[in-house]
Amino acid sequence: MSVFDGLKFRKVFSPIHNLDPRIKFIYVIAIFISAILFHQILPLAILFLIQLPFVFMARVQKQWVKSLRGAAFLASFIFIINILTKFFYNNWTLTAFDIESALGMTMRFIVLVESFSVFFLTTSPDHLGLALEQSRIPYEFAFAFTTAVRFVPVLAEEAQTIMDAQKARGLELEKGNLLKRIRNYIPILIPLIVSAIRRSLELAEAMESRAWGAAKKRTNLYLLKLHKGDYILIGITTIVLIITIYVRLFLFNSIPLISSFFF
Amino acid sequence: MITIEDIHYSYASNIEALKGVSLTINDGDFIAIMGQNGAGKTTFIKHFNGLLKPTSGIVRVNGVETTKTSVAALARNIGFVFQNPDNQLFSETVEDEIVFALKNFGFDKETIEQRVVWALDFLSLTQYRKTSPFLLSGGERKRVALASVLAWDPNTLVLDEPTIGQDHEQKEKLQQFIMQLQSKKKTVVMVTHDVEFVAECNPRIILMRDGKIVADGIAKDILTNSKLLEESSIVLPQIAQIFTKLCPLGLPANVINMDEAETTILSHVKKEGE
Repeated sequence: MSVFDGLKFRKVFSPIHNLDPRIKFIYVIAIFISAILFHQILPLAILFLIQLPFVFMARVQKQWVKSLRGAAFLASFIFIINILTKFFYNNWTLTAFDIESALGMTMRFIVLVESFSVFFLTTSPDHLGLALEQSRIPYEFAFAFTTAVRFVPVLAEEAQTIMDAQKARGLELEKGNLLKRIRNYIPILIPLIVSAIRRSLELAEAMESRAWGAAKKRTNLYLLKLHKGDYILIGITTIVLIITIYVRLFLFNSIPLISSFFF
Repeated sequence: MITIEDIHYSYASNIEALKGVSLTINDGDFIAIMGQNGAGKTTFIKHFNGLLKPTSGIVRVNGVETTKTSVAALARNIGFVFQNPDNQLFSETVEDEIVFALKNFGFDKETIEQRVVWALDFLSLTQYRKTSPFLLSGGERKRVALASVLAWDPNTLVLDEPTIGQDHEQKEKLQQFIMQLQSKKKTVVMVTHDVEFVAECNPRIILMRDGKIVADGIAKDILTNSKLLEESSIVLPQIAQIFTKLCPLGLPANVINMDEAETTILSHVKKEGE
C-alpha cells in the first residue's frame, strides 16, 4: 500500500497547493514529454532536479519519498530488464554505455513518477473535479473521476479488513511458490470487487434520491481563476519546453555521456 | 486461556486506541465486551489472534506470546467472526466457503467432509450447500461466515457484533447456539452494543471506555448500574428499567432478563395474595 500512500492528498497550505490544477497538469505533461525525448542520464537528471524545489515548496517531502520508494521495485525491474537485453544482444558483453542507457531508462521512469506524485500530492480531488468541469468535460465524467479518486483510501482500508478476515481463517499470503502466492490473493480480491460494486450501486441510489442530475445546468460555488503563481508556472513550463525541444533538435548528439567523464 | 498484560496499542496515525488493558480469559468463559463507539473494543479483540500486535505489553494464548507466532497458527485455536460477512465471502458455493479454512489448516479429505456436513447442519444451511453465498440474504450470509469458522472447531470463538442486522428469530437462534457452545466448554467472547441481547445471554461483562477497561463483572451487577452505563452511553435493558421503578414496591432491582422477571413477579404476586 506504500505506493498509494505516496499519492494520497493531504490538506496543506502552500503556494504549490494553491496553483490551478489545469496549469499544474500542463506542467506535468511538459515534464512527461521532455522525459520521453531523452534517453541520456544528464538531461533526465536535470529534469529530476528541477522538480525538487516544487517538492520542498509544497512541503510534501515525506510522502514524495514514500512514492519514490514505492516505485523503487518497478524501477529496479526496468533496470534489470534493460541490462539483460543489452547483455544478450551484444553476445554476452556489457559496456559502460549499456549500463548508462539502462540507468537512463530507469531515470526516465523515476522522473515520470516524481512529476505525477507531485501533482497528485498537491491537488485536492475537489480541485481536480473543478478543473475537469471547467475544461468542458461533461459533469458526469468529472464526477465519476473525482469519486474514483476519493474512494481509493476507503478501498485500501477495506482491503486491510478483508485481509484480516481471511488471515483469521488461516490464509497465509506469503506461503508457497509464485503461482500459489498469486492465487492466495483471490480470497482478497473477490470480496473487494464485490463490495466495490455493491458500494457503487448504493452510492448511485443515494445520489438519485438526493436529485442528482435534476438540474441540467449546474453552477459552482468556487471557480478556478489564474493567479500570479499560475502565470509564473506557465512561464517555467514554456521555458522548459523550449529548452528541451531546442536541445533535442540541435544538440541531441552532443549531450555528453556520464561515462565519458571517467574513460 | 488468554492472558493480556497491560497492553497499549497505537495506530499508524498516532491514535492510542488501547491505553493499558489487562485481562485473563479462562477456558469456558462467556464474555461480552461492551462500550461506546471508539472505546477500543474491536482493536482489543484483534489482539487475541495476533491480527494486531501490542505496541507494548504482552498477549499470551495458551502460554504462547502472539508476537512470536503467526496469525494462522493462532487462528487454529481462536476463531474470529468479523462483523461484516461480505469481508470474507468469496467462493462459488457455501460448501467451498467452509472448506477454505479447513484446507488452510491442512485437514484431510474425510475430516473436511465430516466437518462441512456438521457445520451446515448446525447452522441450518444444508439446503444452501451448493448455492452461491452472494445469492443469500444478509442473515444467511452471516451464518455462512459463522459456519466457515465453526467448522474447524476452535476452542475460543470471538464474535464481532454478531447481532447487527439480525431479526429477532435469528438472535434467539444465536443465543441458543452460544449456549450450546458453552455446554461444550468452549470460550466465547463477543463485542456488542445490543444490551437486550446481552441481558438475555447473561455473560460476564467487560465494559470499555477510552481504551481502558472500566468495569468487569457479572451481567446482573453491571447492567443494573445506571451510573456506570450512562457514562458509557449505554441504556439499561428494558426489564432492568422497569424493575428499578418497581423497587419501592418491594421488588428486587437487579433483574435483567425475561425468565427471571417472570418468576420474580409471580412469586411476589403470590406473596401479596397471601
